Amino acid sequence: MGAVVGTLTMQTRQRRPSRDKIDDELELSIVCHRPEGLEQLQAQTNFSKKELQVLYRGFKNECPCGAVNEETFKQIYSQFFPHGDASTYAHYLFNAFDSSQNGSIKFEDFVTALSILLRGTTTEKLQWTFNLYDINSDGYISKEEMTDIVKAIYDMMGRYTYPALKTDTLKQHVDAFFRKMDKNRDGVVTLDEFILSCQEDENIMRSLQLFENVI
Amino acid sequence: MAAGVATWLPFARAAAVGWLPLAKKTMPKPPVDKKSRNDEILFVNVSGFRFQTWKNTLDRYPDTLLGSSEKEFFFNEDTQEYFFDRDPEMFRHVLNFYRTGKLHYPRQECIQAFDEELAFYGIVPDIIGDCCMEEYRDRKKENQERLAEDTEAEMGADTPLPPHSTHRERLWRAFENPHTSTMALVFYYVTGFFIAVSVIANVVETVPCRPLKGSKKDLPCGEKFSLAFFCMDTACVLIFTFEYLMRLFAAPSRCKFMRSVMSVIDVVAIMPYYIGLVMPENEDVSGAFVTLRVFRVFRIFKFSRHSQGLRILGYTLKSCASELGFLLFSLTMAIIIFATVMFYAEKGTKGTNFTSIPASFWYTIVTMTTLGYGDMVPNTIAGKIFGSICSLSGVLVIALPVPVIVSNFSRIYHQNQRADKMRAQQKVRLARIRLAKKGTTNAFLQYKEDGGFQGQDSDSALCLKNRSSFEHQHHHLLHCLEKTTNHEFTDELTFSEMCMTESVGYRTSCSTSISSQQGVTTSCCPRRAKRRAIRLANSTVSVSRGSIQELDTLHVHKSSAGPQSRSSLNARTEGLKLNCEDRDFTAAIISIPTPPANTPDESLPPSPAIPGILRNSRASSYTHETVKISSL
Repeated sequence: MGAVVGTLTMQTRQRRPSRDKIDDELELSIVCHRPEGLEQLQAQTNFSKKELQVLYRGFKNECPCGAVNEETFKQIYSQFFPHGDASTYAHYLFNAFDSSQNGSIKFEDFVTALSILLRGTTTEKLQWTFNLYDINSDGYISKEEMTDIVKAIYDMMGRYTYPALKTDTLKQHVDAFFRKMDKNRDGVVTLDEFILSCQEDENIMRSLQLFENVI
Repeated sequence: MAAGVATWLPFARAAAVGWLPLAKKTMPKPPVDKKSRNDEILFVNVSGFRFQTWKNTLDRYPDTLLGSSEKEFFFNEDTQEYFFDRDPEMFRHVLNFYRTGKLHYPRQECIQAFDEELAFYGIVPDIIGDCCMEEYRDRKKENQERLAEDTEAEMGADTPLPPHSTHRERLWRAFENPHTSTMALVFYYVTGFFIAVSVIANVVETVPCRPLKGSKKDLPCGEKFSLAFFCMDTACVLIFTFEYLMRLFAAPSRCKFMRSVMSVIDVVAIMPYYIGLVMPENEDVSGAFVTLRVFRVFRIFKFSRHSQGLRILGYTLKSCASELGFLLFSLTMAIIIFATVMFYAEKGTKGTNFTSIPASFWYTIVTMTTLGYGDMVPNTIAGKIFGSICSLSGVLVIALPVPVIVSNFSRIYHQNQRADKMRAQQKVRLARIRLAKKGTTNAFLQYKEDGGFQGQDSDSALCLKNRSSFEHQHHHLLHCLEKTTNHEFTDELTFSEMCMTESVGYRTSCSTSISSQQGVTTSCCPRRAKRRAIRLANSTVSVSRGSIQELDTLHVHKSSAGPQSRSSLNARTEGLKLNCEDRDFTAAIISIPTPPANTPDESLPPSPAIPGILRNSRASSYTHETVKISSL
């Protein structure tokens, strides 16, 4: 009889976890998000109706529940850079896209950011880039933040690069950046310094125009 | 790469704006997408069933029939649709694959027909989703077995040995898989025979034989023919010892071997004999020695090497150990309870067998297992009542372990099968991921070699035609990253060679410190594909040692690049490369870190493209020496 009770309890214990897991999965998939209307998005962004349709179809296919969380985002972004590790940079990118800072990118965030990057004015693009570099959103880019960003970018290159990465490559790169951008040599770069310095650099200005026809 | 991410590519490219302020060099020009950017609905007519889908949906998997330009072969101009003379039912699943990214296997279809359809549409069956993969695999396996093409089971045992295996490895293989060679098979059967002989001898020597003359008592055969039995035992033990020592010698990991179950059984089987030899014929000791002889029966477990069933049984019991242990525990509880009750119930009776609770254990066990020997029987009414309750509950308790063990056995069996399948699947999956990654890397490096990013000028346009716009854009993105960091992607081979020569370079060029310094600290070393005379002139003068290694790897790349480029204009691309190679040679000559190297440095800048051909003749004479020196 002890045996009977024992085996019965064992059985139920095994069955319960699997049932809970299925319930959890059901719950997750129910949380959905539907974007605002097509006209509203058209008004808010610089995309035409057709472009928004194309974008949404692709987005919906990848994320049927209407929002991307950080893990999925990292996985997707890593697929473009198979050589190295893109997860750190993807993390910064995710924070830059997630304007409402709630841990998931909805279609509106996605489209707003794309609108800025592809159809925005130069100032808007530079402002977006500044927000990307400013990890803690305090309005200043410090050397540590810049080092983090540059390290994340170099991580994406992977190990096998030519010429081989040296220990001070990162530092040199960050120093070069600060030499150019930090006008008053106070150790941090503000938004105005950043925009001004970029506008002075012809290469950057020219390159900003390159990405207009991405979509 | 998973084509599902094609939708995210514009987004990743847009985010590349974030690199611009950091970039050390200017960004390359993006590829121009000549195709119309409007999405259109395609009509696909499969044997009369008209399917409609967006063009983008089909473009998601560019290496399948519907995603590549191969479908143009099926385009019907009159009706402006793609016509396929195939099964429309199957096509539904194929199209769903494009839409959802998951391929499902329809259970009612024939596995062969499904495979053929997949082959036609250029879809690899390995991407079947997890939900249908098991079924697919099972059906496929069944089918193969039915067609008597089952080579899976044979593969493990019959794979030929690597050509340079030592005697030790061969011996180990012979022991593990006796079917591989005749000698091994002979040995296998001989040991089996001797195990049987030994066990039978152990059994027979206790059978009473006719007594010796002049004695009334029946003797066990063992004592009558003690010499014969001793000889037989010796022979068996010698064989077993020899086998054990051979296995020990051949085992790849001796410690692991000595700890394994089979070797313990072997040792236990032969130890009693040796201990018996060593021990003197002492009366008190021989009592203990007799107990030791019991261990000889363990020789029967040596059969488990010869029998798969025994091994499975042993494994099942081992894995059911916890369940069995629990059952034993609950049984013990029941026995103790009932024994206590019976003892106190029968306490009063005179001449009762239930003298103590431990004594009652025997009664409880015999009753619960429904044996009922009858050597202990309750006399009081209370004892009889409790005795019957005991036997009834015993029936229940005995009925319990059997389904547990059976279900465990079936679970373990299926688990093993599934684990093997999943392991194989995982290996394949990992290999495919690795291959895809390498493919992407190689594709990008190949792209660079072909001079892909020089814009869409006419010479390179033809050889680049076969790349999809997705690949163009992805390569552009990777190129932007290279420009941002001012480092280039290479593959493992080039990188390791570079590392090697850099360390060597330091050693040999210590005398000419200038050239070595220049060689090592050069930041931009023009690679083969980017060979433009102007760039060569602008770059810092002495090309670093890295380019020498490119010479060696040049040959490697050339051989590997051949099958990769699908373009029919191989000659064209090789023509491009040839020019580059020669320029590479000239550059390489200069960078040998010997004193004369300094002087040719000045002559390097004015080498334009066309005179490169003239230089070829000079270069070629030097090439052999260069290559020899650089291979170091």
